[in-house]
Amino acid sequence: MGVMTGPNTAGADREVTTQALNRQLQDKGFLVTSTEDLINWARTGSLHWMTFGLACCAVEMMHTSMPRYDAERFGIAPRATPRQSDVMIVAGTLTNKMAPALRKVYDQMPEPRYVISMGSCANGGGYYHYSYSVVRGCDRIVPVDLYVPGCPPTAEALLYGILQLQRKIRREGTITR
Amino acid sequence: MTNEALRELAEYVSERMPDAVRATSITNGELTVEISASEAATFIEFLKSDRSCSFSTLVDITAVDWPERDRRFDVVWHFLSMYQNHRIRVKAAVREDDIVPSIVETHPSAGWYEREVYDMFGIIFSGNPDLRRILTDYGFRGHPLRKDFPTTGYTEVRFDDELKRVVYEPVKLVQEYRQFDFMSPWEGADYILPGDEKAEEKA
Repeated sequence: MGVMTGPNTAGADREVTTQALNRQLQDKGFLVTSTEDLINWARTGSLHWMTFGLACCAVEMMHTSMPRYDAERFGIAPRATPRQSDVMIVAGTLTNKMAPALRKVYDQMPEPRYVISMGSCANGGGYYHYSYSVVRGCDRIVPVDLYVPGCPPTAEALLYGILQLQRKIRREGTITR
Repeated sequence: MTNEALRELAEYVSERMPDAVRATSITNGELTVEISASEAATFIEFLKSDRSCSFSTLVDITAVDWPERDRRFDVVWHFLSMYQNHRIRVKAAVREDDIVPSIVETHPSAGWYEREVYDMFGIIFSGNPDLRRILTDYGFRGHPLRKDFPTTGYTEVRFDDELKRVVYEPVKLVQEYRQFDFMSPWEGADYILPGDEKAEEKA
């Protein structure tokens, strides 16, 4: 660990905020917030991802959910069914033959739904960009919210990507349809 | 496996099946037997049933495209004998319109290998009960491992928002496919490098 010389990047002290919240809660017995904030808090806090592992990226996606990086502490957990998941992680090479299946799975997910494109192949075809059988980016098939670069991205990179998605939901999340 | 044993095996095989075997060669300690394609099924049946061959395991079926040759494809079978602990490679040169006899009768596992060779090269195997494409997309056009097949293929897919389904369109590349020249001038390129003609003028 190096010595931090720049401005404080750690953000607010969570411990202090939590204690302040607790004091308020003990004092009054209730908290006041907007419905939108509450719903966004619930959405970011329980992102179940649809595992769409297609290639080697899938292994890194598994690492993300394993105890070392422990995605579940952020409320993010793999869910093998599209009908009960909020975010789809397209991890790997999307081929022409797989494309209709990917779209079908995406269509089965309930709103609001998000898509993370993981790795070079899903982002833009990557190594297989000029291949006769590979889709040049999964954004040709489904709308993508977040791209995680790398070949494959490390588990940290994906975890960072998921946290960025949470940030995106917090900033733009809305209950209007 | 010594070369001596391989030579003995090659001699034995060509002696027993003189109609099928065209040539044998031993390179890098591996035996290759070239056969005529029409005899493939009988020859491979012989390889499996003969006691001193006993090639019971089919390892692989593949093909090679030599576009400049008249008989442009080489169909290649690899076999392993668990009993005799030796291996063999069988090759047959075929034309584009030739039909190769299938070996599913002898080796049931050959079914999908033959489908793959059919998919990638367009070589027809007679006697295979289910000779469909196996790897490429449904309704795919062409045979990708042929040398004259364009790497980028003919179609690409996209989800159409109006039709609400995945549609096929002709390939439209944003950036043209680039051919990289990996031959280094130090290893002796057999063409004139840009700028070389100036050097000759001076000399």
